[in-house]
Amino acid sequence: MLKLGVPSKGRLMDKTFDWFGSRGVTLRKSGADREYAGAVDGIDGVELVLLSAGEIPRELAAGNIHLGVTGSDLVREKLANWDSRVAELAPMGFGGADLIIAVPQAWVDVSTLDDLDAAAAAFRQTHGFRLRIATKYHRLVREFLREHGVADYQIIDSQGATEGTVKNETAEAIADITSTGETLRANGLKILDDGLIHASQATLFRGRRNDWTDDQRQKLKALQMVLGIS
Amino acid sequence: MSAPFMTATTAPATLAEARRLRDLFAAKGGQVVKADVLQSAETLLDLYGEDIRARAYLTSDPLRGEMVLRPDFTVPVVQMHMESHAEPARYTYAGKVFRKQEEDETRANEYVQVGYEVFDGSDPAAADAEVFAAMAEGLNGLAVRASSGDIGILMAAVSGLRTTEARKAALLRHIWRPVRFRALMKRFGSDAVPPARAALLAADDPFAKAGPDIGRRSRAEVAARLAALRDDATAPPIAKDEIALIDAILSLRETAANVLSQLRDIAVDMPAIGPAVARLEARLEALEDRGVDVAALDFEGSYGRTSLEYYDGFVFGFYAIDRPDLPPVATGGRYDALTARLGQGRAVPAVGGVIRPDLVVGLR
Repeated sequence: MLKLGVPSKGRLMDKTFDWFGSRGVTLRKSGADREYAGAVDGIDGVELVLLSAGEIPRELAAGNIHLGVTGSDLVREKLANWDSRVAELAPMGFGGADLIIAVPQAWVDVSTLDDLDAAAAAFRQTHGFRLRIATKYHRLVREFLREHGVADYQIIDSQGATEGTVKNETAEAIADITSTGETLRANGLKILDDGLIHASQATLFRGRRNDWTDDQRQKLKALQMVLGIS
Repeated sequence: MSAPFMTATTAPATLAEARRLRDLFAAKGGQVVKADVLQSAETLLDLYGEDIRARAYLTSDPLRGEMVLRPDFTVPVVQMHMESHAEPARYTYAGKVFRKQEEDETRANEYVQVGYEVFDGSDPAAADAEVFAAMAEGLNGLAVRASSGDIGILMAAVSGLRTTEARKAALLRHIWRPVRFRALMKRFGSDAVPPARAALLAADDPFAKAGPDIGRRSRAEVAARLAALRDDATAPPIAKDEIALIDAILSLRETAANVLSQLRDIAVDMPAIGPAVARLEARLEALEDRGVDVAALDFEGSYGRTSLEYYDGFVFGFYAIDRPDLPPVATGGRYDALTARLGQGRAVPAVGGVIRPDLVVGLR
């Protein structure tokens, strides 16, 4: 049996069902609407598991599910060395959003990472603490800023309403997911020109553990044939 | 032996080797010291910023704030030394350190380190050689090769550039971040001002589209940076020949003896590195006095730049010749700047090194 993890509610679930449905594999919730049980028609040997999108990366890496649909941002954030633990089978073309770095529009002197780094150095001198960036994407932001050599910042955890943290003076800048940038502008923020950390979309992943049985490997092949993604 | 050292998961052979090495360093005058496993993370966060979170296990204590499982002994030993004020001093220790391994899962995330640290400013070259020779003696009989470098030469070269103090400070701040360093050199070496910046500096009112003033970074701070940018836009580019000299230093990869001769050539065009080159020469002589084969010692101009340590002079590592997959068996270097930061202005010249007894046992 091949276990397929799919987000358990909302637009992401509906779009995932549509995506599979248009390719000849019908996914549906079985039983009452509030139950997280699922059924699969159109192919044998695949079991539907409904999960929170945020838990799918971990469950894939642990081998509790074999395939999973979730945002490519979540996989990169939650799994160290993500590409050694899961593999992308197909980008699905929905759920698109960009993880970006944004600063106040009032910072007219800052439009690039280079500027951010210089501003951070001066900020630390003036205020005695490192410039705070609010985000829930700790790993992605840290790796991105390290890669680009930005120093003298600190990450402040923000699990929601991140755009408001600058106004509330709990952070000086933010890193967050945005699809249109509207909320950012409404909160007096702007995106850095080179501040795109990751362009995320819903993606079908497979786990890369090597304890798969031959039967499971054949099931995956068959599913890829039906979906037309082999 | 202390409890954290005698952990059940450390192989008996590793413990025995650790004891042998610690006794060796103690016999050289190292006072045996211990450090808590759980340290305040404040110092490390202050020194390394967020990057430390990728390398060390940080956790938060409701009363004591952010704490860290010690990723090395250097910081606690320096703190201990700065409180005692006794000088000169030599220390040795043996115990576990803890390192997150986000990149390579096959690398150990906890292992024993045995170290030897020398706080003695009377003769830095001799102290450098003393620590290197102590490591070499600890590894005696193993098939290892040593590589070395000197961050001090690069720092001297940057300090000697014919450019503004602000540009030198920016370069020195990023000396341990090669990507940003290279980007800065490129920008400072060019006349071109990025278009967005040129437009900003040419604007009658740069704050015309500023939007609401929000957050802790004030308009005065933004204005101060605009002034700095205006100054910078009038600075002439760093000369091509100076950039070529920095590149030449960074790409040095030779035996130490040959490097010394090349650096003397570079010093003709860049006299600012003269004192640093003289220090390298004195160190090589001191190493020779200790019986180190300087003709066979590798030297790399970029060595030690990407490590998270706070080395600002001599740096070295010992590598297993037949096992290039292994991390270095021993590493070390000079960290005067670290003592200056931790000593609140009171700097103490310091150099140290560590050996991993588990790797030593594996190579025997």
